[in-house]
Amino acid sequence: MAETSLNGFGAQPTRPNGMRGVVADWASDQRAFKSASWGKSMMWIFLLSDTFIFGCFLLAYMTARMSTTVPWPDASSVFALHIGGADMPLILIAIMTFVLISSSGTMAMAVNFAYRRNRRMTVILLLLTALMGATFVGMQAFEWTKLITEGVRPWGNPWGAPQFGATFFMITGFHGTHVTFGVIFLLIVARKVWRGDYDRGTRGFFTSRPGDYEHVETMGLYWHFVDLVWVFIFAFFYLW
Amino acid sequence: MVDATPRAERDIPPAEVPELELYHPKSWWTTYVFSQDAKVIAIQYSGTAVAIGLVALVLSWLMRLQLGFPGTFDFITPEAYYQFITMHGMIMVIYLLTALFLGGFGNYLIPLMVGARDMVFPYVNMLSFWIYLLAVLVLAASFFAPGGPTGAGWTLYPPQAILGGTPGGQDWGIILMLVSLILFIIGFTMGGLNYAVTVIQGRTRGMTLMRMPLTVWGIFTATVMALLAFPALFVACVMMLFDRVLGTSFFMPALVEMGEQLSYGGGSPILFQHLFWFFGHPEVYIVALPAFGIVSDLISTHARKNIFGYRMMVWAIVIIGALSFIVWAHHMYVSGMHPWFGFFFATTTLIIAVPTAIKVYNWVLTLWRGDIHLTVPMLFALAFIVTFVNGGLTGLFLGNVVVDVPLSDTMFVVAHFHMVMGVAPIMVIFGAIYHWYPKITGRMLEDWMGQFHFWVTFVGSYAIFFPMHYVGLVGVPRRYPEIGEAAFMTAPVDNLNAFISVAALIVGFAQMVFLFNLVWSLRFGKEAGPNPWRATSLEWQTPTTPPPHGNWGDERPVVYRWAYDYSVPGAPEDFIPQNDPWPEKVAARPA
Repeated sequence: MAETSLNGFGAQPTRPNGMRGVVADWASDQRAFKSASWGKSMMWIFLLSDTFIFGCFLLAYMTARMSTTVPWPDASSVFALHIGGADMPLILIAIMTFVLISSSGTMAMAVNFAYRRNRRMTVILLLLTALMGATFVGMQAFEWTKLITEGVRPWGNPWGAPQFGATFFMITGFHGTHVTFGVIFLLIVARKVWRGDYDRGTRGFFTSRPGDYEHVETMGLYWHFVDLVWVFIFAFFYLW
Repeated sequence: MVDATPRAERDIPPAEVPELELYHPKSWWTTYVFSQDAKVIAIQYSGTAVAIGLVALVLSWLMRLQLGFPGTFDFITPEAYYQFITMHGMIMVIYLLTALFLGGFGNYLIPLMVGARDMVFPYVNMLSFWIYLLAVLVLAASFFAPGGPTGAGWTLYPPQAILGGTPGGQDWGIILMLVSLILFIIGFTMGGLNYAVTVIQGRTRGMTLMRMPLTVWGIFTATVMALLAFPALFVACVMMLFDRVLGTSFFMPALVEMGEQLSYGGGSPILFQHLFWFFGHPEVYIVALPAFGIVSDLISTHARKNIFGYRMMVWAIVIIGALSFIVWAHHMYVSGMHPWFGFFFATTTLIIAVPTAIKVYNWVLTLWRGDIHLTVPMLFALAFIVTFVNGGLTGLFLGNVVVDVPLSDTMFVVAHFHMVMGVAPIMVIFGAIYHWYPKITGRMLEDWMGQFHFWVTFVGSYAIFFPMHYVGLVGVPRRYPEIGEAAFMTAPVDNLNAFISVAALIVGFAQMVFLFNLVWSLRFGKEAGPNPWRATSLEWQTPTTPPPHGNWGDERPVVYRWAYDYSVPGAPEDFIPQNDPWPEKVAARPA
């Protein structure tokens, strides 16, 4: 892990491997996660907490779907687009998912270039990630608009159980909010990389903590999490 | 001969993390108001929690006036009574106990006890308090909103919580309640991430996890639990808010109200109960575990003896924390769930009694042949043990399905949970304030006022809650403002109700003595010195008292031992601070 040692929080070189290493780390002083900085640890624990939020949302959705007495709308016809004279089921959502998963790839490359101190490539890839995130949110807005014009509301829809609209808007909305915040923070991080804040260790405006290229990786953790959550939402809403 | 004297440079690993420069406040505002110092934030958290807690205390008096002397006070209408019980419960559980233990004691004690200079992200920590304050203000605002606060009961069960028949259901009350809870959870998450990461990643040299004081273990475990349990409440609040504001039907089945079919349909009220109690049961232990930790330290310090079975105490805390996530449906035995379900949850509930009993035995064994000093903090700690055992035993009754079903929704339940998660943690909070006040202010709290406060509170809370068990057993239901004519409302029950109410008023007024003591001793209290209780843990070893910004001056302390080296044979004093490299003992203690 040559990269992680660049931030000054690196692991000590002589540590036992495997389970003995884990035990040694947890039995040691100062830190339990020897290669993780404070920021990265905090992001991991936050994501664990956020996992429980999305988990509760999805469980609530499953409960509603299984306990309702009215039939659930058919996903493949509800989420179909009429293109070139044919109904194409799930075409929009396939593109959205492709874009979001691809953005995880560019994010991972941005993290790599950040640790190589390649500012130019890092900025390009971060902006590309943000662009794909924004595209995703834009397509989601299009999908919401289409459903709303067809009569889907949080309190009802033309095809079946009213909980369909309620859970759909709530959960995709909550996820879309996560993506939107991610895009905003991607742009902030990209600006900091562009200005060289992380090379100079410029202090944050609010926190007055010195900047570090590791922020790109912490940002990446959040972004990958948001993508991973989407995989579950995609499976439970569109494929079930 | 081998030189066994421990030396920092040889026996303790070097610092792994370069120190981050703290934010240095430049003005009065950034020093005392928008402060990033965990100690200031702790006092802000505590002050806000106590202030809103006083509101809840007054509400409890009003409730007791109605229950003790039904029909005497005209202004307490049934609607007002429902609002009183709802706000009393919600404020006490979340805005007082949770905020005070984690935001108050957590912020003050974690950095000091693990030898850190501050929380790992002081700015986020500061935001945590301000969002908490906003949540409290939104909550308080509901008292002045049209229709008043919500009267749905602290569990906020739908469908009644958002229907017109419940006070605040179709007005602003329930909306403000839900918004306030959502804000509280956001604010708590910011603080909770800080507490957890500070314990895991921010300790000083030599401070291994198994050398931490049990106070830190209790607060840390409770914080992790809160980070995993509050999401369920967050989701439940968001969904109920949508039900109320957008007209969705997450929790709302098809309903007829006043002869009129409502537009709701197809939702599941039981889903809310599951989400609520997936949060609600861990919440009990979020309040209890910090109390367990703190009381362990109080008992060890004031009995001048090492805590009995330190490792078992740590593992008991962790196991209780884990088990508390798989017992939630024992609050739902009467919800109509499948009997096998109840069997499972009764079993897990009773299993929790095992680690809990380990802790109680260990506290008692710590006292065994100790050099017990009956100081005010010690009195409160002893009162906690007794009260917790009492409340825990009735928990065994309520945890069994067949016993719970007849007792469900009676005053017996009220007596049980007030004993176990009301009185018991509050005893620890009082003890902890008497214990750490000298460190926070540099002065002792006045002893005779403390003794008076203790005896009235301790005897008084038994006068309140012991008879309440009996009242519940004969069948008096909870949440009723007035029973009227009923077979079980005999003269003894009426008299007991009046007796309980008088006791509650007396205990309430004794708290005013405590508050007066807090203010009076700030100016006139006896000078405490840096370590009045001759305690071992790091917060008593700071260079100045109260500790300065950054806590430690130029060098962070180096830890050589656990926090419980009291009355070590051969040592020059009857306590050895954690950062004292006194020889011979290092190898004998848990690493």
